[in-house]
Amino acid sequence: MKPIVEVNNLSVEYTRGDQKVGAVAGVDLHVGAGEILGLVGESGCGKSTLGKAIVGILQGADGEVNFDGQQVSKIGRGQRDAHFRNLQMIFQDPYGSLNPRRKIGDQIADGPRIGGISKSEALEKAASLLERVGLPRNAVERYPHQFSGGQRQRIAIARALAISPKVIIADEPISALDTSSQAAVANLLVNLVEEFQMGLIFISHDLSIVRRISDRVAVMYLGKIVETGKTEEIWNSPAHPYTKALMSAIPHADGKAFIPLDLPGDVPNPAYPPSGCRFHPRCPLAQGECASREPLHVSLSDGRKVSCILQEAGSAPKTLTF
Amino acid sequence: MTLLSVRNLTVTLMTASGPADAVRNLSFDIERGQILGIAGESGSGKTMTALSIMGLLPYKGKASGSINFDGEELVGFKPKDLRRVRGKDVAMIFQDPMTSLHPMLTIETQLTEHLRHHRKVSKGEARARALELLDTVKIPDPKTALKAHPSQFSGGMRQRIAIAMALACQPKLLIADEPTTALDVTVQAGILKLLDELRKSQNLSVIVITHDLGVLSALTNRLMIMYAGAEVESGPTSQVLTRPRHPYTQGLIDALPDSGANGKRLIAIEGMPPELGKFPTGCAFHTRCSFARSECKSGTPNKVDIDGIRRIFCTVDPFDTPAGVNR
Repeated sequence: MKPIVEVNNLSVEYTRGDQKVGAVAGVDLHVGAGEILGLVGESGCGKSTLGKAIVGILQGADGEVNFDGQQVSKIGRGQRDAHFRNLQMIFQDPYGSLNPRRKIGDQIADGPRIGGISKSEALEKAASLLERVGLPRNAVERYPHQFSGGQRQRIAIARALAISPKVIIADEPISALDTSSQAAVANLLVNLVEEFQMGLIFISHDLSIVRRISDRVAVMYLGKIVETGKTEEIWNSPAHPYTKALMSAIPHADGKAFIPLDLPGDVPNPAYPPSGCRFHPRCPLAQGECASREPLHVSLSDGRKVSCILQEAGSAPKTLTF
Repeated sequence: MTLLSVRNLTVTLMTASGPADAVRNLSFDIERGQILGIAGESGSGKTMTALSIMGLLPYKGKASGSINFDGEELVGFKPKDLRRVRGKDVAMIFQDPMTSLHPMLTIETQLTEHLRHHRKVSKGEARARALELLDTVKIPDPKTALKAHPSQFSGGMRQRIAIAMALACQPKLLIADEPTTALDVTVQAGILKLLDELRKSQNLSVIVITHDLGVLSALTNRLMIMYAGAEVESGPTSQVLTRPRHPYTQGLIDALPDSGANGKRLIAIEGMPPELGKFPTGCAFHTRCSFARSECKSGTPNKVDIDGIRRIFCTVDPFDTPAGVNR
C-alpha cells in the first residue's frame, strides 16, 4: 500500500525560557488510505505535538511531511494550498474546539464555503453530514451547548468530514467521553475510514481501544517512536520493553482482582532526555550499555521496527519477560 | 463488621427546572477493610452518593434516608458535627489532583493543616506525621517534597500527595472519586497498588467511584452498578463482571474494547444516559434496553435476590439461566 501521509525525520523543538525542549525527536511514520494507525504513549511523550506537526499547525517543526504527493506547508498568515484541506484534525476536547457562539451548521459549512460552493449548498451538505454522524439534520440551527460531549465530538467529526478529507488526525477523540459514547464514536470513525477509504492517525493513551481499531500501532516514548508494526503482532509479542510495560499496566475487567504491573517513575523532562536509550532509567531490562548507546531503529523479520538493543535486525522478535 | 450502612438514600438537587432526584432510594453497606466499587456513566449519581456521605452536596442539595457511619447517623447532622467527622474519619480524594490541591501552598501546609485542626498536635508532631505519610504513599525524598508546591510534581505524584492528605487523620473510610481517570495507565497501576496496600495495612475501607471496569476489577471486593441515580446490580466483583445479570451491566461489559470478537467495531449501548430531571419512568434503563417489555415502563423494577449476596433490579431478568450468561 502506497502511503498517503509519510513523515520523515520530523522533529519539533520549542523553547521554554532559555531551554530548548525537543518534544518530537526524529520521527518516521506513514499511513495508507483506508488504514488506521494508532499512536500511543504516556502523556508528555509528544504524541499530540507530533499530530499537530503533521497537519502543519506548528511553526517549530522540522523535517519532512508528505501528504498525497506534496510536501505539507505550514499554516501561516497566507492561504495554504487547497490540496491540504484534505488533511484534517480532530481534537480531544469538543467543548474547546467548537465555537460556542456560532450555529453548528455555519461551523460545518465553513470548509465547503472556502472551497467555493454556495451558502445554501454548504448548509445542505452540513445537514447531511450531521445525519451521517448520527445527529438530526435540524442540528444545523443549534449551538454547541445544546449537545452532550459525545454529540459535540460527532459535530467535530462532521466538520472535519465536510471537505471529504483523505486523512484525519484524531487527537484523543474519545478520551473525554462516557463509556457508551466512546464505543459509538470509535465505531463511527472505523465506519468512515472504510466508507471513504481515508487514512486515520488515532492518537490515544488508551491501549485497549487502539488495539481494537488500529491496523498498525506506533508506540512513542519521550519524542521518539520506539516500536511500530502490525497491531496484533505487537500485542502478541511486544519487542520493546516500554511497549510491554504499557500493555502490562492495563487493568482488565475480568473479575480476577489482579493489580496490573506499574512502571515506576515518570516520563522524564524532554528538556533533559536521558543519555543512550531514553527509556533506560525506567526499563526493567536495562543493561549497562543502554545508558551510553542509543539503540538503532531496526526492522525485525516480521516487518516491525523497534529501537532496543535486545532485538536483532532481521531476526524474529525475542520474547521479553519481567 | 459494617462500617457504613446506607439505607434508602435519596439526594435531591435544585436544577433550573425545579428539584430533581440525582440519587434514588439507594441502599448499600461497606465492611471494614473492604473496597466497594461504584460504577456508572456520568449523571448516574455516583459522585452525589459520595458527596452526601461527606456532607458536601451542592447548594440546596438535600439528602434523605439514612447514612449510618460507625454508629452515627450522618443525614441531618449539624455542620459542626459534620466537620468533626469529615476529613478525620471519612476522607475523600478527587479525580484531578491539580484542582484538589492548593497551587500556592506548600505540601507541608496542606498536609498538616487538618491534622492540627482534628488532632490538636504541635507543629513539629504534625511535620513528623507528614513525613511519615509521604513515605507511606512512596513520594521520593519526603523532606524536599514538604517544601515544594503542587506544580512541582507530576499528576501521579500529586494524586499520591492527595492520598497522603486524606490519610493524615487515619480515616476509617476513604472515598476515591475517579482517582486514576486523569492518569496514564502506568501511573494508574502504581496508584491501584498503593490503595490495595493501604487497605491491607490499615484495614481501611474504600469506596472507589469510576466508570473504568478494569480498575474496579483490579481493586474492589464488591461492585455496585448505578444508572440514572439508582442501583441496577450489585454483588461480589468477580461475579458481577463474569456473570452480569442486568442488561445494563452486560451492555457496559460488551462495550469494553477488550471483550468479544466483533472485528474493529465495539458494541455500543444504543442511546445516551438520561439527564438529571429527565429520568424515564419505571425502570430508567427501559428506553435503551433490548429486553424491555411494556411493564418496564411504569412502577419500580423487580428486585431479584441471588444467593443472598447479589441483587439486580430488573423485572425481566433475561439472563436468569442456570449457567448464567457469558456471551
